Amino acid sequence: MLKAENIHVDLGRKTILHGIDLAAHAGRVTAIIGPNGSGKTTLMRALTGEIAFQGSATLNGVDIAGAQPWQLAAMRGVLPQSATLAFPFTVHEVVRLGLTSGIMGADGGDLVIEALKAVDLGGFEARFYQELSGGEQQRVQLARVLCQVWEPLLNDVPRFLFLDEPVSSLDIKHQLQIMRIAADYAARGGGVLAIMHDLNLTAAFADHVVLISDGRVFAAGKPPDVLTSGNLERVYDCPMRIGSAPDGNGMLVLPDLAAAQPIDHQNHASGDWNDATSGR
Amino acid sequence: MAISSDSAAPAGRRVAPRRHRGDRSALARATIAALAVLLALVFVFSLTSGATDTSAAAVFWALVTGNDAAISTVERVVIFDIRLPRTVLGALIGASLAVSGAVMQGLFRNPLADPGIVGVSAGAGLGAVTFIVLGTGVLAPVAALFGIYHVPFAAFFGGLVTTILLYRVSTRHGRTSVATMLLAGIALGALAGAFTGLLVFWADDQQLRDLTFWGLGSVAGATWVKIAAVAPIIVPVVLLAPLLARGLNAMTLGEATAQHLGLNVQRFKRIAIVAVAAATGAAVAVSGGIGFVGIVVPHLLRLLIGPDHRYLLPACALLGAVMLLLADAIARQVVAPAELPIGIVTAAIGAPFFLWILLRRRGIVDL
Ligand SMILES: Nc1ncnc2c1ncn2[C@@H]1O[C@H](COP(=O)(O)OP(=O)(O)OP(=O)(O)O)[C@@H](O)[C@H]1O
Ligand SMILES: [Mg+2]
Repeated sequence: MLKAENIHVDLGRKTILHGIDLAAHAGRVTAIIGPNGSGKTTLMRALTGEIAFQGSATLNGVDIAGAQPWQLAAMRGVLPQSATLAFPFTVHEVVRLGLTSGIMGADGGDLVIEALKAVDLGGFEARFYQELSGGEQQRVQLARVLCQVWEPLLNDVPRFLFLDEPVSSLDIKHQLQIMRIAADYAARGGGVLAIMHDLNLTAAFADHVVLISDGRVFAAGKPPDVLTSGNLERVYDCPMRIGSAPDGNGMLVLPDLAAAQPIDHQNHASGDWNDATSGR
Repeated sequence: MAISSDSAAPAGRRVAPRRHRGDRSALARATIAALAVLLALVFVFSLTSGATDTSAAAVFWALVTGNDAAISTVERVVIFDIRLPRTVLGALIGASLAVSGAVMQGLFRNPLADPGIVGVSAGAGLGAVTFIVLGTGVLAPVAALFGIYHVPFAAFFGGLVTTILLYRVSTRHGRTSVATMLLAGIALGALAGAFTGLLVFWADDQQLRDLTFWGLGSVAGATWVKIAAVAPIIVPVVLLAPLLARGLNAMTLGEATAQHLGLNVQRFKRIAIVAVAAATGAAVAVSGGIGFVGIVVPHLLRLLIGPDHRYLLPACALLGAVMLLLADAIARQVVAPAELPIGIVTAAIGAPFFLWILLRRRGIVDL
C-alpha cells in the first residue's frame, strides 16, 4: 500500500502542502479531489519521488524519498497531468517507452498492442504521436503507463497506477473506458491513485475519496461520506445538490444552478462591443 | 491473443505503408548495416583518391594482408603516413560530432541543440586556443602535466564549462526553453570568441597561422600522434554512447516522466554532459570548428529511422564518419592542388540544410 504521513511541501517560498495524511490500499481506487491550485498535483509529485517533501511516505514499505528511481518504477506507473514529446515518435514507439523492466522483443511488441487496444487505440500504432488529438494523446500516455506496470501484482506485491486527471480531455465513452481500466486494475489486486475533477465519475468509481483544500485534507472516506453538499460547497465555493441516479443506482453530484450566482450581464451591455454592433 | 509486432500488417489498417505498424526497429537495423558498408567504401575511397592515384584494390590488399609489395614506397608513405591518419581522424571526428550532436539534442529535448550552434564548440575552442598560445609560456607546467593530451583536455574542460552553464541558464524545472538556450548559446559563444580573440592578439606569427587554419576546421595535418591524443576520448564515447540511449529515450517525455520510468535523471544528465563535452572537446582540439555535422546527421537519420536513440546513436556515428570523409574529399578536390578547410565545406552544405530544417517544421516542437 501507499502510505503518506504529515507531508509538507514548499515550492519557491510558498508552502503548498501543510501536513497531508493519505493511505491508498491495493485493491481500491483512491481518488484525490479538490479545487484548482489546492495541491493535488503537488501531492502526487511528492509521492512519486519527483520533488522533495517533509514527512514520511512509503510505497509497499519502501521509503519513497530514499528509493532509487528504478525501484519505484518497478512498482508504479505515473500518468502526468500534461505531457509533451520532444521528437517525432510513432504511437508504437511512445508506448514502448513504458517497457522499462526488461520486457523487450516480441513480448514487448505484444504488450504495446494489448495496451493500445485497452485504451481503444488499436490500429494507431504507426501514427505520429504529435499528429494525434489531445484525447488520443492522453490515451497513448495511459497505454505507456499501463505497459510499465501491466501486471497489477509482481511477485504478489501490488503495483500502483498514479493518474493525474486521467480523463480530463476524454469524451464520455472513453472516460468510462479509462475509469473501468482503473477499477479493473484495482480488482485484480493493484492500487490506483487518481486525481479527479469529475465528481460523478469519482462517486461511481472511487472506493476511497480524499478531498483536498488549500494543501490540507478536508475530508477522507467513502464517496457518500465525503461527497456531501456541505463539504463540496465549502471547498469548491459552489452550491451543490446531491441526489441519486434515476434508477436508484449511484449518486448524482450536481451544481445547484438556481442558487449559483448568475453572471452579471449588465457589465456586458456597454463598451466597444456594443457600440460596434449597434450600428448594424 | 498474440499479435507479433513483426508480423505482416493486417488488412484494412488505417495508415499508408509503414512497416511493422509503427515499429521502425527493423528499418533502423537495416540502415545501420547499410551505413557500415557505406563507411567501409568511403574509407577506402578516401585512402585512394588524391594527388597520387592508387588502385583501391592494391591499397585494400596492402591493408588487409600487411603485404605492401604491390605498391611503391612513395605510395606507401602517402597512404600510411598521410592519408590513413587523415582518414582515420576524419572518421573519428565525424562520428564524434554527430554523436555529441545527437546526445545533446536528446538531453536538451530539442533538435536544434548542437555543440556548434549553442556555443559549446566555441568554449572548447577557447580551451584549446588557450593552450596553443600559452602552452609554451605561462601554462607550460600544466601542459607538461597532460603531455600530448593537454590541448584535447583543455578543449574538453572549455566544452564542459560551457555545457553546464548553458544547461543552468536555459533549464527551469526540468524544461529547457529553446529560445533561452539559443540566446544563451549566442552569448556564451560570443564570450568565448572574445577571449579567444584576445589570445590570438598575443599569438606569434606561427601560432597565428596554425590558429587561422584550425579555426576554420580541418583534418589536414593529421598525424598518428594527434590520433593517439583524441582516440582514447572519442572511441569510448562513441562506442559507449548507446548506453545512454534508453535514458535519452525516456528524456524525450520530459525529466519528470524519465524519472517515473526509473531513470536517475540528475546522474544521467551529469554523465551525458560530460560525454558531450569530452567528445566535442576532443574533436574541436584537433580539427577546430567543423560545424553542422552534429545537427544535419542526427536530423537526417531521425527522418529516416525515427528518434529511438538505441538505433540513432550508432547510425549517427557511422553517417557522421561518412559525411566528414566525403566533405574532406570535396575539400581536397575543389581547389586542387590546394585544399579548403573542411569547415567551409560542412558549413556551405550544412547551413542551407539547417535553414531547410527550420522551414520544414516537422519534429520541431516546444519552440
Ligand atoms: N513550481 C512551483 N513553484 C511555485 N508554486 C507552484 C509550483 N507548482 C505549483 N505551484 C503552486 O502550488 C499550488 C498547487 O498546485 P498544484 O499543481 O498542486 O494544484 P492542483 O491541485 O493540481 O490544481 P489543478 O486542479 O489546477 O491541476 C498552486 O497554487 C500553484 O500555483
Ligand atoms: Mg493538477
